[in-house]
Amino acid sequence: MVSRPHGGRLIYRVATGKRREALLEEAREVPRLDVGLERAIDLLDIAYGAFSPLEGFLVQEDYISVLEDMRLHDDTPWTIPIVLDVDPAEIADVSEGDDIALFYDGKPIALMRVEEIYGWDKKRHAQLVYKTVDVNHPGVAKTLARKELLIGGRIDLINEPPNPFEEVTLWPRETRVLFRERGWKTIAAFQTRNVPHRGHEFVQKAALTFTDGLLVHPLLGWKKKGDYKDEVIIEAYKALIANYFPKNVVVLAGLRMNMHYAGPREAVHHAIVRKNFGATHFIVGRDHAGVGDYYGPYEAWDLFNEFPDLGITPLFIREAFYCKKCGGMATEKTCPHPPEYRIKISGTRIREMLRRGEKPPEYMMRPEVAEVVLKYSNPFVE
Amino acid sequence: MAEKKGKYTTVSIPVTLYNRIKRLIEGTGFTSVSQYVTYVLREVVAEHEQASQEEPFTEEDKERIIEKLRKLGYI
Repeated sequence: MVSRPHGGRLIYRVATGKRREALLEEAREVPRLDVGLERAIDLLDIAYGAFSPLEGFLVQEDYISVLEDMRLHDDTPWTIPIVLDVDPAEIADVSEGDDIALFYDGKPIALMRVEEIYGWDKKRHAQLVYKTVDVNHPGVAKTLARKELLIGGRIDLINEPPNPFEEVTLWPRETRVLFRERGWKTIAAFQTRNVPHRGHEFVQKAALTFTDGLLVHPLLGWKKKGDYKDEVIIEAYKALIANYFPKNVVVLAGLRMNMHYAGPREAVHHAIVRKNFGATHFIVGRDHAGVGDYYGPYEAWDLFNEFPDLGITPLFIREAFYCKKCGGMATEKTCPHPPEYRIKISGTRIREMLRRGEKPPEYMMRPEVAEVVLKYSNPFVE
Repeated sequence: MAEKKGKYTTVSIPVTLYNRIKRLIEGTGFTSVSQYVTYVLREVVAEHEQASQEEPFTEEDKERIIEKLRKLGYI
């Protein structure tokens, strides 16, 4: 059976039909707050249930509980605070209990009931979520640049920001139906923001040996400079799946969700989100959701031990390498040979080669995948 | 019973059980009996909650979703 939604109920706060029309009308009459693409993406994740059981941006009680204890106030595990920041001037005419309209790119996208307006300590937030206040950390830099107040409250989605990947975007209700239609009872989810190399393929296939299906779930949303562009990731995965996986064992679906680079906390967050999509297992790799040297390579694995009630099974799969003696991909647990036989599959090295227009050797990246990436004049985020 | 306010509350367990747990957690990562009991209870409670699962959508929703999945080539 696919996973139970996190917190027990799959949230769906997408207004349709007459209710949507009424809310659109209301949006013209209530105070307006403009938000950027990242908050618009948070709104999508809340409304479509990817962030179940959240029904809106966190109120203070939940915010503090998530920050300090990595749980919502009702004890449900939750590790990344999902908050809406505002400048005091933007909400000068807004009081707790009011409805406001959230606009993106000149268009109303959601109605929000302002349950609470509260201050926050951004440095403490950064320290607890990212374990550092170093401004070179992209998540910290973003946090410190955010506005002075937070507002919490339920939302209703009334319009969506444009989605360039509509044909590969699925939401939790859809993947849950899809898994049932395929007869899958166990599903391993793989989070990614990279094009696949042989190491990724190895861990995906390792998981597939004991689950019915694999959900390849790349993040589509804000990423840091130097990461692969969304369209490159999707096309590269299509090539890998078409050439190296049996039919009907993989679902490739894009997930519109922001990346925080919060390492261990974000690894747990990623697992929770995939649970909402129906996954029963979640692959946690080396330095999951990490950046630079801020987190230990397997630090995320330890954090999972604090959540016996997560409701999704983490699969801790060690980094794979190519072993010349074994003649294939292997891990510390499967290969007895000394380091001189082992070739590390380095994402950084692969990126450098691709940047120079070179095709990485086949033991690092499948040629069909490399060809897709090399088709792009610049496959990286600028 | 009214809900407790604040971060922690007290639950009574037999002293014999307390001592047994204290011995059990020696040399493990658990630093106190309370930490162990919290861990185990969360595990058990989550299992009970899991057992009471309901479909999060109606048959009508399901038909609509299947239609969309067909159009997108997923089924």
